[in-house]
Amino acid sequence: MSHMDAHEMELTNGSRIAVIGGGPAGSFFSYYALEYARRFGLEIELDIFEAKDFTKIGASGCNHCGGIVSESLVQDLATDGLVIPSDIIQRTISTYTLHTEQGTRIIRTPSEEHRIASVFRGSGPRGCLEKNTNGFDNYMLELCRQHGARVIREKVTALERTQDGIRVGCGKSPNRDYDLLVGAVGLNNKTLELFKGVCPAYSLPETTRAYISEFMMKPVDVEGSLGSSMHVFLLNLPQITFGALIPKYNYVTLVLLGEDIDKEIVHNFVRSDQVRACFPEDYPVDQIAPCQCYPYINVKQGRHPFADRVVLIGDSGSSKLYKNGIGAALITGKAAASTAIFEGISEKHFAKYYAPICKDLDRDNMVGKLIFGVTRLIQKSSIIKRGILHLVEREQSDAAASLRMSSVLWDTFTGSAGYRNILRRFLHPGLLFGLIRSTIGTLVPTFNHQKHEKQETRQTL
Amino acid sequence: MCQLLIIKNMRSKKLGRRYNDGEVIIKQGETGNSLYVVQEGRVEVIHESADGDVKIAELGISDFFGEMGLFEEDVRSCTVRAAGDATILTIDKRNFFKSIRRDPSLAYRLLEKMSNRLREANERINAP
Repeated sequence: MSHMDAHEMELTNGSRIAVIGGGPAGSFFSYYALEYARRFGLEIELDIFEAKDFTKIGASGCNHCGGIVSESLVQDLATDGLVIPSDIIQRTISTYTLHTEQGTRIIRTPSEEHRIASVFRGSGPRGCLEKNTNGFDNYMLELCRQHGARVIREKVTALERTQDGIRVGCGKSPNRDYDLLVGAVGLNNKTLELFKGVCPAYSLPETTRAYISEFMMKPVDVEGSLGSSMHVFLLNLPQITFGALIPKYNYVTLVLLGEDIDKEIVHNFVRSDQVRACFPEDYPVDQIAPCQCYPYINVKQGRHPFADRVVLIGDSGSSKLYKNGIGAALITGKAAASTAIFEGISEKHFAKYYAPICKDLDRDNMVGKLIFGVTRLIQKSSIIKRGILHLVEREQSDAAASLRMSSVLWDTFTGSAGYRNILRRFLHPGLLFGLIRSTIGTLVPTFNHQKHEKQETRQTL
Repeated sequence: MCQLLIIKNMRSKKLGRRYNDGEVIIKQGETGNSLYVVQEGRVEVIHESADGDVKIAELGISDFFGEMGLFEEDVRSCTVRAAGDATILTIDKRNFFKSIRRDPSLAYRLLEKMSNRLREANERINAP
């Protein structure tokens, strides 16, 4: 386009950016691109194409996510002046409760603050009676609009590379030309295929299916049964890597992560004693929730998510394995925005400044896979689970104790820290020694108990 | 009882820690190394001296304070207290620098605000 320095491929005054997708990744990119441009004294135009109306209740306004804004994300956003308003927050989380078949332990936040927020991505689940629920995605999109972005409520149907830019086609309106195209379409295969036409080296991310459903409850029941605690389950159930109940104001969100979760796996999970115990006695947990979905989640990032004038971010590019997808949207959205505004928009620029961020997430995810592999082994071992519970109990009851295991579990559940950081801390000799000691400590009473039972049986015989 | 429940629910929808009107968040002369961000409400920055307390500034939502504690080992230069009920989020020094290392652009806003405050202080000093 005429506003572009052809050799340098840098954005100049009057340059135009198209962001396809107005979820967190698209919004974070837009917010920071406009903010950096303002600081840089650059006048750009930015259009966000989002067909979904996030003010609608149910699937048509939702981006299918558990809706946790992690501790590190809350702090990073606050440092940047982005304070999540309380009308967006469904509930703040102050503790995590770990459930296993061997017992339950509460892990408190290292600080005395509520630093984790549970939110709705859309305007509330299907069947929701409240009409004024404000969701996270709509809040972010509005923020972008206030910063100067134009939101185009249309579905993109064609992308085409022109001599000096990218042409974006929608079914209802004339084609528009842009200097930079940003893909933030999540894992929408159909739209991602469009990107392959303008970004030929790009390969789509690998995915699996998760499960999310919403249980409507009276606020007083949510408070009484789950409180301000996120409940995580390490149960020996096949195909489930991680299960969690996230309390909201008058809903509880169930999230199951693992390998191709289906109806039967969900039923086994909600019928387990540990999950059942988190609900009021008469609550029909095994009835089909009116709002449920099996969304795809990213398990391996897409390769080469950039080309000249094109960059893919969030789930479309690179995400965090199982956790903190909104955090990954911030990391990739911000990295792409700073590359585009401060450096340039050629493939070389993205390769130099954006790709390392994606690679870093990828490397972290590889360690994450190892951690979840170990977690699956732990799920199957009642002995290790007893040891972990014992160690957590000791740490949580002793104010002077170092909270090594508690903080490792806290960061694994919350997604606040990277997986490499978590692994490094897990391999600390002090933690390993403590875990071995606790495991042996829990074995001795078990062994004595079994011995005692055998003696009793012999005497009876 | 009902009112208590509502208050409890409202409280569990706020990030950070809640301070009542007049409650001190940081105290002049004490050590501290955290940054604070106003999540809700307002706070006032007070300089305490032998001649009496002087209100330096009033801060609102998304404003931060305590930034000097991130860079200096010195004591707090002012007292900050809630002006009405306020909710404040603490950003630990360790978390802050870890985030800055990962994403240096997080320092922009801090630098921008510190520059504004320096200018305001200069103007106050040079005022007739």
